Amino acid sequence: MAQANVALARGAKVQKKKNRNSIERKKERTAYLFIALPVLYFVAFRILPTFFSFFLSFMEWDLLSPQREFIGFENYVTAVSDPTLQKVFGNTFAYVFVCVPLMVVISLILALMLNQIVKGRSFFRLIVFIPYVTSAVAISYVWKWMFMKNGGVINGILKFFGIAPQPFLNSADQSIYVVMSNIIWSSIGFNTIILLAGLMQIPRTYYEAAEIDGASAWEKFRYITIRQLNPTLVYVTVMGTIRTLQVFTQVYNIAGAEGGPLKSTASIVTEIYHTAFRQYKMGLASAITVILFIVIMIITLIQMKVLNKETD
Amino acid sequence: MRFKKNVRMTLLYLAFIVIGVAMVFPFIWMIATSFKTGTDIYSLSLLPKKFTLENYREVLSGSDFPRWFLNSFLVAGITTLSVLVFDPLLGYAFCKYRFRGKEAIFTMLLSTMMIPTEMMIIPWYMMVNQLGWNNTYWSMLFPGLSSAFGIFLMRQFFTGVPNELLDAGRIDGLSEFGVYTRIALPLVTPALSALGIFTFLGNWNSFLWPVIALDSKEKYTITLGLAQFSAENASQWELIMTGASVATIPIIIIFLIFQKKIIEGVQLTGVKG
Repeated sequence: MAQANVALARGAKVQKKKNRNSIERKKERTAYLFIALPVLYFVAFRILPTFFSFFLSFMEWDLLSPQREFIGFENYVTAVSDPTLQKVFGNTFAYVFVCVPLMVVISLILALMLNQIVKGRSFFRLIVFIPYVTSAVAISYVWKWMFMKNGGVINGILKFFGIAPQPFLNSADQSIYVVMSNIIWSSIGFNTIILLAGLMQIPRTYYEAAEIDGASAWEKFRYITIRQLNPTLVYVTVMGTIRTLQVFTQVYNIAGAEGGPLKSTASIVTEIYHTAFRQYKMGLASAITVILFIVIMIITLIQMKVLNKETD
Repeated sequence: MRFKKNVRMTLLYLAFIVIGVAMVFPFIWMIATSFKTGTDIYSLSLLPKKFTLENYREVLSGSDFPRWFLNSFLVAGITTLSVLVFDPLLGYAFCKYRFRGKEAIFTMLLSTMMIPTEMMIIPWYMMVNQLGWNNTYWSMLFPGLSSAFGIFLMRQFFTGVPNELLDAGRIDGLSEFGVYTRIALPLVTPALSALGIFTFLGNWNSFLWPVIALDSKEKYTITLGLAQFSAENASQWELIMTGASVATIPIIIIFLIFQKKIIEGVQLTGVKG
């Protein structure tokens, strides 16, 4: 009797295990079913094209001819030694080093200000956020129009204050700053909103405790606000950097596809566009995209490292 | 003390007014110019000397703006729909199921987030030419049908859905797909709407790929159409500003209607992502 019971129990156990296995297997099948089509999509439209770009970067090819010639690292050598391309890399780093700190600092100040008021906060949040939802192309033309040398409203305002009219987009020294002002203006709203969300998450009790300990306003800012906000600040800075490295639309529409005058506003991406689809140097253009990819990858990996350290 | 606080608040609000004007002024100037006649645009007055709707008539009936607008709507809408179908599905699978190769596949998908679009456009362009996709809606649609960012975002949000709840659904006899659509998905709707907003705006504003892949005016998206229109009407700023207004104002109105949801959505992803 006892033996029979044990055998029965064992049987039930085996049955249960079998059931669980079949449930697990069913789940596994479902998972594959869920991911199959999109994974194929990613392979076909993301991963293979990326590898193909790597492959092309070692070739000389003009898009039309059937022949591609393997030239090793020559495209990379050109990419770093050609004076035009050096200028373009320099411009892009200038965009990053001017725009990103300014947009982070301005957004942080705005977020801190917004965090102090109650009345009108949501209205103001709305106002600063509008640029984010408007098309960069449309706003670029508004910029071009406002910064016209003759008849633009900015020169009109300068004249009102007794300042001589500026050439702005006609000048190789000034035009990059016009484009930068547009980039900063467009990105402030988005960053402010994200930083404000971060600020609102800092527990009030931290500040109260610091007050009891007699902390000054600066100490509270430095040791509570900045420290607590750090992950958000890193996020905003990295996103801003990556996006600015890829600047294209604003340059193309404000200063023209060539990034004029005299390439003074040309960015890495306008030059990729120019090299690939105006000069048909597909290999060289691919090599520049690979360099851009490597830069973005390094920044992303650094970000991951910094944020992981933070949570440890 | 009270007085000091009042002064501080007044200064704060004054600063807000100055910044607010700086943020809104470009739009005001754009709209003001669009109501002016060609001879009047160089005057610095916000109000037109002679108010005219002629520019709007010309832009809306004399060019393809309505068509381009519709194209953009179609492309951004279908892309968003596709992302909203596939990205949560993958996020859910990677969050709630165990299967062989899971880590490897997820890492592979995630690594595509680092690939800049620029790196794929030359192969995409060759693909479009080779497969005869030139000037089709499909050529605008295929680059954005799913995004690694969306998959990652959705996976993060599905971790907040308790497994017990899903098991309860299974015991009640729901199929695996039923568990997903009836129990898991409704619990992540805020993330879904955030993802939808991001995707729609991103596609609505995309410019690089349309510039490269489209050359038939009929298939232009609004961004490309506006750029082309501005090139053709160079220095007719009243027309260009009208085009810019036509391209932006509907989106601003939609934004104003859904502003609370949109802003909350952006904050949600910023904090979680």
